[in-house]
Amino acid sequence: MAEILLSEAEKAYIHHGVQDDLRCDGRTRLDYRPIILETGLVSNASGSARLRLANSDILVGVKVELASPLPDKPKEGRLEFFVDCSANATPEFEGRGGEDLANEICRFLQRSYASGDTINLSELSVLTGQQCWVLYVDILILECGGNLYDAVSLAVKSALYATQIPSIKVATMDGDQPELELSDDPYDTKRLNTENIPCVVTLMKIGNHYLVDPTPEEECCSSSGIVVAVSGNKKITAVRKIGSGSLHPDSLVSMLKTGSEVGAVVNTILMKKLLEEETLEVSQKVGFMR
Amino acid sequence: MVDIRLASEVPPFHIVADSNEPKHLVTPGSLITKETGFMRGHGTYMQDDCLYSSVAGVVERVNQLISVRPLKSRYHGEIGDVVIGRVTEVSQKRWKLDTNARLDSVLLLQSVNLPGGELRRRSAEDELAMRQYLKEGDLVSAEVQNIFNDGALSLHTRSMKYGKLSQGCLIKVSPSLIRRQKTHFHNLPCGASIIMGNNGFVWICPTLLDDGAGGFVQNLETVPHADRQAISRLRNCVTALAHCKMMIYDTSIMHAYEASVNAGFEIKDLLLPDKIKEIALMVRKQFEMEKE
Repeated sequence: MAEILLSEAEKAYIHHGVQDDLRCDGRTRLDYRPIILETGLVSNASGSARLRLANSDILVGVKVELASPLPDKPKEGRLEFFVDCSANATPEFEGRGGEDLANEICRFLQRSYASGDTINLSELSVLTGQQCWVLYVDILILECGGNLYDAVSLAVKSALYATQIPSIKVATMDGDQPELELSDDPYDTKRLNTENIPCVVTLMKIGNHYLVDPTPEEECCSSSGIVVAVSGNKKITAVRKIGSGSLHPDSLVSMLKTGSEVGAVVNTILMKKLLEEETLEVSQKVGFMR
Repeated sequence: MVDIRLASEVPPFHIVADSNEPKHLVTPGSLITKETGFMRGHGTYMQDDCLYSSVAGVVERVNQLISVRPLKSRYHGEIGDVVIGRVTEVSQKRWKLDTNARLDSVLLLQSVNLPGGELRRRSAEDELAMRQYLKEGDLVSAEVQNIFNDGALSLHTRSMKYGKLSQGCLIKVSPSLIRRQKTHFHNLPCGASIIMGNNGFVWICPTLLDDGAGGFVQNLETVPHADRQAISRLRNCVTALAHCKMMIYDTSIMHAYEASVNAGFEIKDLLLPDKIKEIALMVRKQFEMEKE
């Protein structure tokens, strides 16, 4: 979250706007800025997605590899996240400036996916105790325009939706050493069930009200907020408080409730759009050239 | 509440351009001319007796001087320009302002009006009280008085219409989109005032009273709802014009505002890519109608 300087009068204007339910760009407190989404951009990744939320630009690539499962979870595969804040995104990310934010986002994603309700990791198991699929999710933040958590989570969900995992057949040979056969057909793949993958909603508190999808100016005016990961069935999988200010328990409860409702709406609309994109032909891919 | 679009549904913006297209557009590394005898201006370089462009922009030729004016660059100040700057630093006898130029602009203590309008030499007490006038983060409208040797601009607020800016909304666009006009301060009929800084900072605020923004008093009362709506709509119109690379001046902003009201768009609808394109096309059509 970039630090922006604002004058006292500008902050007062934003405060009164939030009270009036009319923000600087005409949105209400619970409106998102327009989101532009595309999947399948990176041809050498198993799944990829690019999401633009106003000025924030996120690119996600998913690679699948075979590895041995964790000793305490022999029947499950796993997801590994890595966030890279590119120095192009904002001047604060120069050198190692973006590392803190990258680690925070990474850890939050890991926590939000840790619940069993989100993704069925046993789908990723190939040979119990010996081989499983590991999904390496690489997130690249190309431009920072506020509200990074939301944009990253939506992009990750889209990339996982578009991920194609090659199908594998297990053939047992003599000598008790099972062999894995990768299918010859590149289109013989299976997809993950991404219905319940969480979407993250950021709610910032300004005065007595809270807003969804804050711009960098609004983030600067607010002293506290929460980041909620909401899965498809309106369940909250992870919560994190951001900012240095304090939150009253009553406002925390109402923010969580609003967050889960907004998250459910975002989830349904995103799934609908991803389904729509599948019906498009390959020639309609836009990519970065616009 | 949420609008998600696929990239293929977003219409391309490049067809909305001014009807008289510039003749010679170049990109970095493209050849301008092989003829010798031309003087090299800004944005060009010479290699093997040929003149190449080093920036993306329009070729300008004045007699024997060839230069390339870039489409998107940092602000290049001229004396007499109106700029809007944000204070980044309070130093000895001067303030440093960020004006989207290559260097921070300088506002000297002797170049501002003292409250009460006194005319006297600035004393040590004035220097110590600088932060009470302008501190880090404040927005100021000023005029370029002078340019230092290193290219930094020296600003002044020696008129009642310049000074610290109060409540409102700041938009940053590319400096090349702001047209040079006689006056950059406009009280628009829709209930808001607009200041278009030559450096690409556009400030929209509730209607300024006639005595100007001079002085350092700030009005922190709640802005009425109708004014706030006008300001938000103007903000979205200016952003839409900037997105489609159309020139921003009072007439084009008012056309965009009226077009958005007549078409019945809600203020937040103006953030959507297709509405942005519609507004730009309507403004262009309005200009073509006015020409006839």
